[in-house]
Amino acid sequence: MIHQYKLNGYNIVLDVYSGSVHAVDELAYDAIALLDAGDDRETAAQKLAAKYAGHPEVTDQDIQDCFDDIQELKEAGKLFSQDIYADHAFDFKGRSNVVKALCLHVAHTCNLNCEYCFAAQGKFHGESGLMSFETGKRALDFLIENSGTRRNLEVDFFGGEPLMNFEVCKQLVAYARSIEKEKGKNFRFTLTTNGIGITDEVIQWANKECYNVVLSLDGRKEVNDRFRKDLAGNGSYDRIVPKFQKLVKARGGKGYYMRGTFTHYNTDFTNDLFHMADDLGFSELSMEPVVSKAGSPEALTDADLPVLFDQYELLAKDMLRREKAGKPITFYHYILDLAHGPCIYKRISGCGSGTEYMAVTPWGDLYPCHQFVGDPAYKLGDIWNGVTNTALRDEFKLCNVYARPDCKDCWARLYCAGGCAANALHATGDIHGIYEYGCKVFRKRIECAVMIQVAKNLDPELAGTAPAPAAQDEDCESCGINC
Amino acid sequence: MKHIQTLNTRDMAKSLQNGGCGECQTSCQSACKTSCGIANQPCEKK
Repeated sequence: MIHQYKLNGYNIVLDVYSGSVHAVDELAYDAIALLDAGDDRETAAQKLAAKYAGHPEVTDQDIQDCFDDIQELKEAGKLFSQDIYADHAFDFKGRSNVVKALCLHVAHTCNLNCEYCFAAQGKFHGESGLMSFETGKRALDFLIENSGTRRNLEVDFFGGEPLMNFEVCKQLVAYARSIEKEKGKNFRFTLTTNGIGITDEVIQWANKECYNVVLSLDGRKEVNDRFRKDLAGNGSYDRIVPKFQKLVKARGGKGYYMRGTFTHYNTDFTNDLFHMADDLGFSELSMEPVVSKAGSPEALTDADLPVLFDQYELLAKDMLRREKAGKPITFYHYILDLAHGPCIYKRISGCGSGTEYMAVTPWGDLYPCHQFVGDPAYKLGDIWNGVTNTALRDEFKLCNVYARPDCKDCWARLYCAGGCAANALHATGDIHGIYEYGCKVFRKRIECAVMIQVAKNLDPELAGTAPAPAAQDEDCESCGINC
Repeated sequence: MKHIQTLNTRDMAKSLQNGGCGECQTSCQSACKTSCGIANQPCEKK
């Protein structure tokens, strides 16, 4: 499968199944399109000769050279490659039941009352509550017991607002650190917080213990405060921004993201990203489209899409400008390491929800991910008895890009692994469906992300910013998906 | 090649034979929490 597009002056061709990316001239761009449409070389050459008849710089020899280039890449498996992965996707039911990541809902309560919150102000449409240390400890033991030979174990302190249960967060990290060496594990903790509860102690703890912190801020003050209000209805911006700045300044280069949500009210979301970068001094940025019921005032509309596409392009071009100026910023969805990125197993196995990744409620119940919490039909089991709804787990095991009929002809399928099961459920009533609006946004982001990599490789002013080539022996000889 | 410049990319077919260690980050654990993208997850193999 081929996908080709033009962006920022580049003609880009993606060969979907090999993962190859080509930057081509106009002639090659047209030639590949003709071959992809079904023309044979001779017919395509005739069409190109006719099209470029008024272009003396394009000779018949050029056209033949171009087809020779294409043929060489085809023989090297980098153009018009075939899908050889489908059978492996359907082997996944037999894959081991390793769990390697937990989203710990340490607090089903919140000190903000954000109107767009998918978690219903932290309570997930249920009762409020805090996770006890005993429950959290058992969750960590459950993770270790079910992690097989996986060394890196990920735990996200989530909510609600996890800092409303900070003492338990601290105790759980201390417990994990006390046993990880003897168990042969490496815990990576993430804190996702709205910032209200950040103190000097939290900063010290998070910067020592958390591999990543996700700091919720929507951007400009008026944008943030439209939704991110406290229980009295007051905006949170003035209280959280200084705390976020203090935390990031003290973080010493460790990972973090400023994580915003944009809605129908701020489709010019790049202004929020640029505010965070230029006015507040943050460089690691993420901005997500709101997940909201269609028809609600904040929900994104079809009419918003062209605006959003322009915004993503504007962002990509501006990031290149910043790179040239020596002040780069990171946008989470534009991170793309073509040479050292995920292997094909990662790309076809889905996000891992319900299998290697689960959410744990304050009471120890297991759900496929944080977005399913509160829906009793999606309860997998609990941390004491393990996964008891094995049929549901098997359903998630097989919920990958090949299980979604709508993904069959999508060029981005190996970049998204089939998308988000929760979004699919909410949009179609079926985890095997697709959230088409999200797909459109995703495809645009990937086009921009690839363009950035093309620019880093071809623009002399960006020399040295592209990742190094992949090593020949990068793919481990001893690993298999069932290990 | 005169007409085509090919970027260095990971060989997907080769990773089919030898990839899949499962040590890389779960996509939703990093920043998004409301969508799915795996392309931005780095491979853990050095």
